[in-house]
Amino acid sequence: MMTTTPQTNHIIDSDGFELHAEDEAAMRQEMAHYEQPQAACIDALKIVQRRHGWVPDKAIGAIARVLGIGPGEVEGVATFYSLIFRQPVGRHIVLVCDSSTCFLSGFNELRQALVNQLGVDYGQTTEDDRFTLLPVCCLGACDGAPALMIDDDTYGPVTADDLPALLENYP
Amino acid sequence: MSQPIASQRDSVRYRSRLLQPEAERHPDTHPLTWRLRDDGSVVWLDEYLHKDGYKSVRKALDEGDPQAVIATMKEANVRGRGGGGFSAGLKWSLTLQGDDMPRGYLICNADEMEPGTFKDRLLLEQQPHLLIEGMILGAYANNSRYGYIFLRGEYVTAARVLKRAIDEAREEGWLGADINGSGFDFDIAVHTGAGRYICGEETALLNALEGKRANPRTKPPFPGQSGAWGKPSVVNNVETLCNVPGVILNGADWYQGLSGEGTDDGGTKLYGASGLVENPGLWELPIGTTGAELLDRAGGMRDNRQLKAWLPGGASTGLLLPEHLELPLDFDTVGKEGSRLGTGLMTVVPQEQSMVALMRNLEEFFARESCGWCTPCRDGLPWTVRLLLALEHGEGQPGDIELLDKLAADCGPSLTFCAHAPGAAMPLQTALKHFRHEFEQGISKRRGDTHEGSIPVASA
Repeated sequence: MMTTTPQTNHIIDSDGFELHAEDEAAMRQEMAHYEQPQAACIDALKIVQRRHGWVPDKAIGAIARVLGIGPGEVEGVATFYSLIFRQPVGRHIVLVCDSSTCFLSGFNELRQALVNQLGVDYGQTTEDDRFTLLPVCCLGACDGAPALMIDDDTYGPVTADDLPALLENYP
Repeated sequence: MSQPIASQRDSVRYRSRLLQPEAERHPDTHPLTWRLRDDGSVVWLDEYLHKDGYKSVRKALDEGDPQAVIATMKEANVRGRGGGGFSAGLKWSLTLQGDDMPRGYLICNADEMEPGTFKDRLLLEQQPHLLIEGMILGAYANNSRYGYIFLRGEYVTAARVLKRAIDEAREEGWLGADINGSGFDFDIAVHTGAGRYICGEETALLNALEGKRANPRTKPPFPGQSGAWGKPSVVNNVETLCNVPGVILNGADWYQGLSGEGTDDGGTKLYGASGLVENPGLWELPIGTTGAELLDRAGGMRDNRQLKAWLPGGASTGLLLPEHLELPLDFDTVGKEGSRLGTGLMTVVPQEQSMVALMRNLEEFFARESCGWCTPCRDGLPWTVRLLLALEHGEGQPGDIELLDKLAADCGPSLTFCAHAPGAAMPLQTALKHFRHEFEQGISKRRGDTHEGSIPVASA
């Protein structure tokens, strides 16, 4: 069962997830690019993630309703892709490239410096909810190894000494 | 005083760049890169049109014979630049077409994630219209009604550039209905991914595009017979598609003439070198250029290190030795040496690097990125990582190396759905062949040692 709340124009699913009208519109716009609406599944997950920072369980049903597919199918996709987050993350995502060229070019030192500075390891979020640290496969920046990404920004080569000032840019 | 924080951020921001100045790049020798600007800014439509942009589309549409486009591509023998090396023209000739066949899809594989590979990023970020032009030609030849650029989610700059370029092209009539007055319709959308290396596998990509888990599909049917949504579909790499406009404009003979004497392959290649070299980078060079020249262009080994080995084209290619530096880097020559050209960007390994540790890093990557569909890959690769970790820490057991041999052999060609497992096996098998003594040194000297339960499954 769904109801529309007039003040906010959000659609509230029976399980209590509020899907913003503009997010649903963005999903429908993506669906129009494909022969079948299911193809917009990854886009829909990203739209929810952009709003909430992650994809809460309750969003799965809402996305399934918009796409017209089963929640199990949405869940299957949501758990497959590494950049769809199924638990709360920090305000900023730090993706550290651990592939071969970075491994040969100082990745170990960079990773250790990040772990020391942030006080968290892969898959963990700092206590102030500022950073989540994750590994990522080759960032395609091998002529700038070792490389990392913070949110939408790619950096490299990055040394341990660069980190404090770099992280300052992400409050 | 300027803001130190902002300058710090800028100073380490990564920018894709070609290490060849404009003065060295010419239309007749550098078809992929001659239009690029030294400052690395985007070549937008106006400038692109001034630099012979969309001429090949005009030519092909004026001639009005899609089969002739395929024939020229076949004759030119443009081999797949994503690493497979399969003739794009031959692939196109196998796409089902006809009055009783629905129009299908032309898909650009821009999911560049092969470790050591950073070439497509340059073309996507700085020269989007060359790719769009190649896609229009591909769509015309294959009777595709719609195109997708399957772009990895991390390439945010490329996504922004491509979307704007597609809008520009549409506004000027190069995309959409009745392209350039020809009656041919075609348009393109950008599909961004959300991680996972396996999406770059041709059939896994189709599942990802359809909004499903990116498990590979069985072949046959090949995508040209039944691809996206069951329609005839063509999947080509970014660099492959960027080769098409030059071939159509200048012909197959011109393309064949671009490469050197010592190779059967035609055209140029975006080659690169990374790892512990002085000046890692990218260059457009005749296909068949040697590893020695790439290493030389990269300024040699960093800090006078010695070269121990190199991967010719990504993590899924076999290790080559210093003695292989003089070989022309083309698909067949590298294949004969027990490796693959792959993406053609060499990763350089210095003498002091432990091969066991490097293989552990590579196999951790392949284990993590396995989609989990086939047993030798899903279960064999984590087991491989565990054995390598033990050897790395000097805690290996007698029999471990033979077990690594077997696990790698079990990942060989045709034993799994896709090329992920064979790609994981190849570097390990070459390391075990050339540097077996390093693995043997990891066998524990103490009797009764066991690594049961004491070794973490993965360190990264």
